[in-house]
Amino acid sequence: MIEVIKLNKNYGDLKVLQDISFTVEKGEKIAIIGPSGSGKSTLLRCLNFMEEASSGSIIFEGINLTEQKAKLDLHRQKMGMVFQQFNLFNNKTVLENIMMAPLHIRLSKLRKTRWQNFFIKTGNFFRKNKKSLIELDTDAASIKEEVRGQALKLLQKIGLEDKKDVYPSTLSGGQKQRIAIIRSLAMNPKVILFDEPTSSLDPEMVGEVLDLIRSLADEGMTMLIVTHEMGFAKEVASRVLFMDEGRIAEDSSPEQIFSNPQNPRTREFLSKVKAM
Amino acid sequence: MDNFSIKFEKFWQAFYTHNGYARVVVGLKNTMLIAIFGLIIGIVIGTAIAGTLVHPAKSRLSRFLKAFCNFYVGLFRGSPIVVQLLVTYYVVLPILQINMSSLKVCILVFGLNSGAYVSEIMRGGILSVDPGQMEAGRALGLGYGVSMGKIVVPQAVKNILPTIGNEFISLIKETSVVSFVGAIDLYVAFNYIGTNNYEYMVPYLFMALIYIVLVLIISSLVKAMERSLGKSDRSHQA
Ligand SMILES: Nc1ncnc2c1ncn2[C@@H]1O[C@H](COP(=O)(O)OP(=O)(O)OP(=O)(O)O)[C@@H](O)[C@H]1O
Ligand SMILES: [Mg+2]
Repeated sequence: MIEVIKLNKNYGDLKVLQDISFTVEKGEKIAIIGPSGSGKSTLLRCLNFMEEASSGSIIFEGINLTEQKAKLDLHRQKMGMVFQQFNLFNNKTVLENIMMAPLHIRLSKLRKTRWQNFFIKTGNFFRKNKKSLIELDTDAASIKEEVRGQALKLLQKIGLEDKKDVYPSTLSGGQKQRIAIIRSLAMNPKVILFDEPTSSLDPEMVGEVLDLIRSLADEGMTMLIVTHEMGFAKEVASRVLFMDEGRIAEDSSPEQIFSNPQNPRTREFLSKVKAM
Repeated sequence: MDNFSIKFEKFWQAFYTHNGYARVVVGLKNTMLIAIFGLIIGIVIGTAIAGTLVHPAKSRLSRFLKAFCNFYVGLFRGSPIVVQLLVTYYVVLPILQINMSSLKVCILVFGLNSGAYVSEIMRGGILSVDPGQMEAGRALGLGYGVSMGKIVVPQAVKNILPTIGNEFISLIKETSVVSFVGAIDLYVAFNYIGTNNYEYMVPYLFMALIYIVLVLIISSLVKAMERSLGKSDRSHQA
């Protein structure tokens, strides 16, 4: 589904990513671990073009994204991202947060079709062979109803439907992150990128967020998770990437990495994490 | 105190009996017109400049536009508004052979000047919004314009509302120089009343009072607006 080929990223002289190559198959759950500053966040951010890679290619569903920059927004709609700091929209209610992107995108599609029809109609005025209009199977009100229904269903799934009309500032960290996760689910993405989704949570809220991610994994969602929760990585991941100084130092199954790491750097890192 | 009541008597005569109040009304109207339309022009120009300056694009066109915006801001912040008024009225417009009433010139110059200040305020406001807000919008597949307009700018405006209120207040205060190009404002009106009988104490006292009351009214309006905006953030419904 995703193929990363020789990806490099520099900030000035600093080489943050060096010759990163790997593939992601549909349904894989990949945990990315490694010391601070090893480039894990940068890798995720390059995948959805929040950062522009210095060289290399990213192929997503057969399309080379490094060539087709114009359609980045379309690509991002299919690739969800969940941030360490949640980043819920502060000026929108919970329900508005979830509805915003799907609603905006579907409404602008509708508007675009209406304009196209308008031009066809204007053209037909002069044409002998009338062109037929693009069929509209829906209108703005029913799109809104549908998106709202889907958003409410997602909220029910995480048991927070009673929070639909509150603003994010009134929620706990765990609630915010769970809402951020279903906000990206509302776009029906093909893959979700998680960047340390539990790192800024109080310990008692880590569980509820991990439970939600686990249930998505069980439903077959493809995901890449940068995490420091080794237990979680071991349990949920189908594959683990260990990153060190901008390179993928080890790429194998969780059993292999956690019980029998091949790379000395991996061993060193894991023993430090265990000691904590 | 007797002395003062005589002075007040004279002022009242000039103000009321000799129709001085008509000029005060005109002066007050002009002051408000210049400040309000100046601020509106300033907000339009300022938002456009701020939007240009914070845009991440690095193309040649965008670099040129950014340089132009910086030049504009530097120009209008780097000289006193009286100078800008005088130069526009006595140098630029005559060279361009444009005829314009002094009131319109004042509105124009105050608008251009305020644009430079509002752009800095607006830029600060946009930068004060957590960059994560823009990132989350873009990550969901929303465009730069939509993320800016629907997520970042509304939060920025809320942050800078008090500062915009202050900008309006300083515009009102600065209008007291428009008589340099022959526009009638509060100063001209009260100066006229004073000249009527060479008694300036009470007229200028009144002028000061009017400015102070104006500023007080506007500050409390801004506070009320802030409060009603702040509510949307804190409303608990669950
Ligand atoms: N915008 C930037 N400009 C310059 N250097 C940057 C920038 N962003 C990241 N870096 C550098 O790139 C390196 C990798 O950063 P990155 O955030 O990807 O690491 P990470 O593996 O996610 O670390 P952590 O576990 O602390 O989140 C770091 O040395 C960081 O200082
Ligand atoms: Mg990171």
